Amino acid sequence: MKLTFTMAAVAAIMAAAPASADLTFSALSYRTGPYAANGIPFADGYQDYFTLLNERDGGIGGEKINLVECETGYNTEKGVECYESTKGSGALVYQPLSTGITYQLIPKATADSIPVHSMGYGRTSAKNGAVFPYIFNYPANYWDGASVAIKHLLDENGGDLSGKKIALVYHNSAYGKEPIRTLEELAKKHGYELSLLPVDHPGQEQKSQWLQIRREKPDYVIMWGWGVMNQVAIQEAVNIRYPMDHFIGIWWSGSENDVKPAGPKADGYKALTFHNLGMDYPLYDDMKKYVIDAGKAAGAGDQVGTVLYNRGMYAAMLAAEAAKTAQEMSGTTQITPAQMRDGMEHLVITEEKMAGLGLPNFGPEFEVTCENHGGNGFAAVSQWNAAEGHFNLITDYMQSDQEVLAPLVEADSKAYAEESGITPGCM
Amino acid sequence: MFYREAGDFKTTYVDDNQTFPIKFDRYRYYAVLFVALAIVPFLVNDYWANAVLLPFLIYAIAAIGLNILVGYCGQLSLGTGGFMAVGAYACYKLMTAFPEVNIVIHVVLAGGVTACVGVLFGLPSLRIKGFYLAVATLAAQFFLVWLFNKVPWFYNHSASGQISAPERSVFGIVVTGANADAWAKYMICLVFVFGAAWLARNLTRGSVGRRWMAIRDMDIAAEIIGVNPLKAKLTAFAVSSFFVGVAGALFFSVYLGAVEVGEVFGIQKSFLVLFMIIIGGLGSIFGSFAGAAFIVLLPVFLKNVLVGGFGWATDLAAHLEIMILGGLIVVFLIAEPHGLAQLWRVAKEKLRLWPFPH
Repeated sequence: MKLTFTMAAVAAIMAAAPASADLTFSALSYRTGPYAANGIPFADGYQDYFTLLNERDGGIGGEKINLVECETGYNTEKGVECYESTKGSGALVYQPLSTGITYQLIPKATADSIPVHSMGYGRTSAKNGAVFPYIFNYPANYWDGASVAIKHLLDENGGDLSGKKIALVYHNSAYGKEPIRTLEELAKKHGYELSLLPVDHPGQEQKSQWLQIRREKPDYVIMWGWGVMNQVAIQEAVNIRYPMDHFIGIWWSGSENDVKPAGPKADGYKALTFHNLGMDYPLYDDMKKYVIDAGKAAGAGDQVGTVLYNRGMYAAMLAAEAAKTAQEMSGTTQITPAQMRDGMEHLVITEEKMAGLGLPNFGPEFEVTCENHGGNGFAAVSQWNAAEGHFNLITDYMQSDQEVLAPLVEADSKAYAEESGITPGCM
Repeated sequence: MFYREAGDFKTTYVDDNQTFPIKFDRYRYYAVLFVALAIVPFLVNDYWANAVLLPFLIYAIAAIGLNILVGYCGQLSLGTGGFMAVGAYACYKLMTAFPEVNIVIHVVLAGGVTACVGVLFGLPSLRIKGFYLAVATLAAQFFLVWLFNKVPWFYNHSASGQISAPERSVFGIVVTGANADAWAKYMICLVFVFGAAWLARNLTRGSVGRRWMAIRDMDIAAEIIGVNPLKAKLTAFAVSSFFVGVAGALFFSVYLGAVEVGEVFGIQKSFLVLFMIIIGGLGSIFGSFAGAAFIVLLPVFLKNVLVGGFGWATDLAAHLEIMILGGLIVVFLIAEPHGLAQLWRVAKEKLRLWPFPH
């Protein structure tokens, strides 16, 4: 019985990795577990964009796209399993949508020469491409997010935050801890008082944190949450009648699925974003024609046009553009992960390019270079309108405080280089 | 026919007391060792090592450790995840503080540190038993995870609070970090598993193990016949935590390479290892392996069949996986409450009589 089991397992695993001549992209997604509410729309958007390219353009540069999806459940061990199983099929780029898994993959993918694009998450200092040649985090990272949130508060308070109390409610993990350094540095510069309130995985238990907020009455609350933690936090904020327009979430804490459970009282909740919202783009006409109406939409198809769906689409778009760049650079349509990396490092996103893709004014312009794998750090603030049921942008795109962030990135990447014996240098 | 004592003559006490007294068993054991040591390392690739074999081997060590405590000594513990975290963080601190010392020594020392912590949290077992002890060890689980999250010294003040394993080698062969070869990682884990199983098997056969089992079966009777409960219980905690700590250290340094304590060593890990020994069989070394194999391999196997074989949606497969696994656990425990090890024992009894059962 044991032998047949092993043989069946071998057969199944062999069957799982078909050798194909297409361009393979991997989607390490999570549609189950405590983070599924946010994982599903992102995965749907990511998948639908590639389906659109296949249906409308016949892939990228004439090569069909083969998207391999693997369920991680936001779990590191499953993420490793997914990485190893999709690596064999020649995946060009990894977007794990999990800071924990990204930290896992940074050394692994570098050793295997496969690029990782952690868009708006992961290790912030990966912005320094001289130390992290295979890791990209354009167009914005967590430290940009923290800085833009503070900038928004500065704007609201006439440029002065001294004496104000700001609380950070964060997921007690590598993800949630990312902005602390920046917020502390900015506290020195702007003179606000920062208090830290960690929430343990998965984040269903937040009564004590919000009791503390109720007692200490901070002027503003900033949140680094994900999955079920967002919904619980917003509900708790409503419960203690915290003024919602003083409550700002990072871009991972600002989707419809996070605010809807709290009902009309969540109105006014703010969240950052590094791309535009809504469905008012020419691309969506094609999406409707080729994917949705054709019955080829991923998942249940009910997430189209939501914040995270747009973000998944944006991630896929950036990956596809990088692949195009790589094809042009290498002169072949059959690119390898190493060529994909070069394409990502020479990616240029301009407004004309975005408009040509049917996404005018959707995201920031940026140019990736070896020294800067992280874009220019532009983000805007959006606000939830409960009556209309969507987020609206309420500010222009603001650049983060590069004066404070650049030395931090430099210091952190240098520490990493020393720790792991890397000599910084461009490829 | 093949599997029986008849004809297998023992002429010395050593022969008579060996671990596998039946010839067929002995050869099977040698065959497994041969395949694991001499054949698998040449065939193993990254996927098999990282997704299948490493977790299986490392969980097997943890399961052996917990089985000593729960299965042999009867002290229910829910602190496995926390103790694995102690092993991982001890290993990390040692690796970064003494980079010139061999990683094998660090892993063993990490086990030693965990043994000390385990004894400390085992002290309540002298006053409380059963479910109450489970609650006390649960406190250890939460306290340790909180501690490693709270005190920056444990993660060398890194901004993310993660610990990541630097590259280390054994005899010039890299075994930790991203550049380690699949076979090297596999071999180092295999050596530790072999050592752990061998040690555990011999401990449980000897006087120490008999004392543990006496305490498990009836602590008052054991005390009357001269077993010192303080010594027996604390040695069980120490040995068990040592193995669990070694498992934690390998889990961090060889398998994952970067660890976040709340996610990797949370309460789920404690339950997972406990399920392994319950399904595998309490009080059995083979059961620890069988349970670890069941819990680690079955989900991977199901995933590959459902998604890779049938091409089903990943979320559907993930949900089905949980249901099938849960269903199988229920079926197994109804059919054989003493776990896979008992099934194996029954099969062996039947084989002894085959083909002439009476």
